[in-house]
Amino acid sequence: MPEFDQLVSIVTGACAHGCTVEQHSTPKAFRIQAADLLNVCYQLQQNPSTYFDMLVNVTGVDNGVEKGTMDVIYHLSSIPYNFQVALMVTVARDHAEVESVTHIWKAANWHEREAYDLLGIKFLNHPDLRRILLPADWKGHPLRKDYTHEEYYRGIKIEY
Amino acid sequence: MGLHDQNFESGGVIITKLDDLINWARLSSMFPMTFGIACCAFEFMATGTSVYDMDRFGMAPFASPRQSDVMIVAGTVTFKMADRIKRLYEQMPEPRYVVSMGSCSNCGGPYWQHGYHVVKGVDRIIPVDVYVPGCPPRPEALIGGFLKLQEKIRSESLMAPAALERLMKKNKAHA
Repeated sequence: MPEFDQLVSIVTGACAHGCTVEQHSTPKAFRIQAADLLNVCYQLQQNPSTYFDMLVNVTGVDNGVEKGTMDVIYHLSSIPYNFQVALMVTVARDHAEVESVTHIWKAANWHEREAYDLLGIKFLNHPDLRRILLPADWKGHPLRKDYTHEEYYRGIKIEY
Repeated sequence: MGLHDQNFESGGVIITKLDDLINWARLSSMFPMTFGIACCAFEFMATGTSVYDMDRFGMAPFASPRQSDVMIVAGTVTFKMADRIKRLYEQMPEPRYVVSMGSCSNCGGPYWQHGYHVVKGVDRIIPVDVYVPGCPPRPEALIGGFLKLQEKIRSESLMAPAALERLMKKNKAHA
């Protein structure tokens, strides 16, 4: 595996809007702009010296109403180099949209559906963006900090 | 009924009450539906192993609701699952019994406060006969629940069929 510094130069080279390195996270992470996401992912996957062929996980984090932001975190793994890295994208809470990476890693499909289901993050150009865990007629996205559940779901009381 | 301690040499005739005979037949061959929805299902499976031997009560899991007598709700009932459980229950023939196994299906269990997705007790969707506490209950506890259910069946009577009474009460309420 190339040194992490080399990875930094690849990622910064692929970012048109700048990026910051989170040295102390595990695995080491890059905080990038949503507009650069597709290009960075594509470079990291295609570049023969990085070859991040596996998308391990896509998660979403709600930073709360006061901050008004949400994070989308991509955990990448390079199987031939046995190396892991994470990408962090921050989006606005009331306009949570980010490009889907399904055409780079097929694994993203269900992960992005989960993030959409529970946090309401929209993944643009996703082939099949609908709820994956909750029933299709569920209202709201329950992992949002300001979520309050309905009183009844199909005539069944929700409150204890 | 005490069949075994009675004299069998009375010309092959046994005299008993019809209620007792039917109840004995029912409680000696309760077929639970093969059905589990969370970790309690593993304890249910363990109950079927040779160590705990569910078979000694004449119980063997049956892989269809249409020929089952008992539904063991073994696990967390989510709102998405609620419809399916109701549907399975409605497919079972009368008389049918429901054992609510474990804290989750009793009352929501650890999800009672923040579990937006959990039905706080399976008795909100179907009637329950026996509640087995525990998280999850050990096989011994589940067997205890079976014995409780057998006790319940033993005291039933054709003269007062519980399901029919329920139905009549419902019809009266609608009228």
